[in-house]
Amino acid sequence: MEYIIISIGFALTLLGLYGIMYLRNLMRIVIAFTLFDTGINIVMVSVGYIRNASAPILDAIPAAGSTPNIVDPVPQALVLTAIVIGLGVSALMLTYVLKLHQDKKSLDINNFKDLKW
Amino acid sequence: MVKKFVILLLVAGMGLIFFNMFQSFESNGNLSQLGNYYAKNGAAEVGAANLVTAIVVTYRGLDTLGEVSILFLTAAIISFVLKFQSEELDEDREVRASSEVLTSATQVFTPIIMMVGIYIFINGHLTPGGGFQGGAVIASAVVLMFMSNPKFKVNHTIISAVESFSGIGFIVIGIIGILAAGGFLDNRIMSLGTFGTLISAGAIPLIYIFIGLKVGAELSNIIGTLSHAQKEKK
Amino acid sequence: MLIAIAIVLGIFIMIAGYIALHHEKLSVGIISTGLVSLFASILFLLLAAPDVAMTEAAIGSGLTTVIFFYVLNKIRQRNG
Repeated sequence: MEYIIISIGFALTLLGLYGIMYLRNLMRIVIAFTLFDTGINIVMVSVGYIRNASAPILDAIPAAGSTPNIVDPVPQALVLTAIVIGLGVSALMLTYVLKLHQDKKSLDINNFKDLKW
Repeated sequence: MVKKFVILLLVAGMGLIFFNMFQSFESNGNLSQLGNYYAKNGAAEVGAANLVTAIVVTYRGLDTLGEVSILFLTAAIISFVLKFQSEELDEDREVRASSEVLTSATQVFTPIIMMVGIYIFINGHLTPGGGFQGGAVIASAVVLMFMSNPKFKVNHTIISAVESFSGIGFIVIGIIGILAAGGFLDNRIMSLGTFGTLISAGAIPLIYIFIGLKVGAELSNIIGTLSHAQKEKK
Repeated sequence: MLIAIAIVLGIFIMIAGYIALHHEKLSVGIISTGLVSLFASILFLLLAAPDVAMTEAAIGSGLTTVIFFYVLNKIRQRNG
C-alpha cells in the first residue's frame, strides 16, 4: 500500500511544480506552493510505514528486550514541524501578494518585470 | 508555445528523478536501527506514552526551538509589513450584520472549542496531540469570533503578554535542563511519575503548555492582523 | 480493503488538485486546496500517523483556507 501512497505524493508534487512554473495569477501560484508542500509531506510520512504495525502510542512500558510493533516515529516528528512551517511560508507569501497588488493594482506576474535586466 | 514545451520538459525531468527514487524504495519489514532504539527505550527513559511527543520535545528539542522561533518571526514580519496608521482606518464602513444563527452559536461554541484545544495540549504525552495541534484549535476559536462579529478587536496587550511569557518559560525550562539534567530540554528535571497518568513524563506537560499557548497566541495575532487589514481605506 | 480506499482517495486528490489550479473562479480553487488537505489527512490516518493527521487537518484545512479568504476579500475590496 505504501507504493500507491508514495506515487500519489509524487504526482501531487509534480502537479504543484507545474502550477508554479506555468500559471500567471499570483494567488494561484501560492495555491500551487501549498499543493507542493502537501505532496512532499505525504511522501515523507509514507517512507516510515511498516506493514501490520500500529501507531506509535504505547499502552505500557515494554518488557525488557522486546520491541513493540509500531511504525517508525521519526519521520512523523519531522513532518509535524514541516506542516507548521508550511503554514508560515504561505502566510508570508500572501502578505507579499497583498503588498504587490497595492503597488500595481494587478495580479498578473508578467507585470512585475522591474528586476529583469 | 515554446514556454509550455520547456516547462513540460522540466516537469518530465523531475518526474524521472522521482521515478528513480520510487524504484529504489523497498518497503522494510522491521524498524530501522534508530526507530528500534526509540521503540525499546523511549517509554522507559522519557516516561511518555506518545513516542512522537517524546521525540519532538526531548530527543529533538532543538528542532522544536527552531520551529517556535520561525513562527515568531512569521507573526512579527506579517504585523510589520501590513502596518497601518490609525488615521487610515475606515471604522464606520458598512458591514453586513452576521446572521442570527452565527452569533448565537458562537456564544455556545467558543468556550467549548477553547476547552478542546487546551485539553489537546495538556494531554500531549498520553494521546495523539500536543502543543501545535492545540494552538491551531485555539486559533480557530478566535477565527470564529472574528467571523461572527466583524468589529471584534483582539486585545494586543493580552496576546503579547501571553506570547512573551510562554516563550520565556520555554527557554528557561530548557536552560534548567542544561544545569540540572542531561542537556537542553531534558525532561528529567521533574520526576517521571507513573506511566500513563496525567502527571507523568517529567517536564513534558509544562513544556507543551508553554508551546501550546505560544502557538495559539501567534496564530491569533496573524489572523488579527489580516482581519484588521480589511478596515483600511481604499 | 485499505488498498482500495487509498486508490479512491488518490483519484479524488488528483481531481481536487486539478480543479484548484485550473478553475476560473479563485474561491472555488481555494476551497479545493482545503479539500486536498482534508484527503491528505485521511491518507495520514491510513498510514498509522494520528498526530500528523490532526495537525494537517487543523492547520492545512482550517487556517490556510481562512488566511487565503482574508487576502482574497481584501484584493476584491481594493479592485472596487
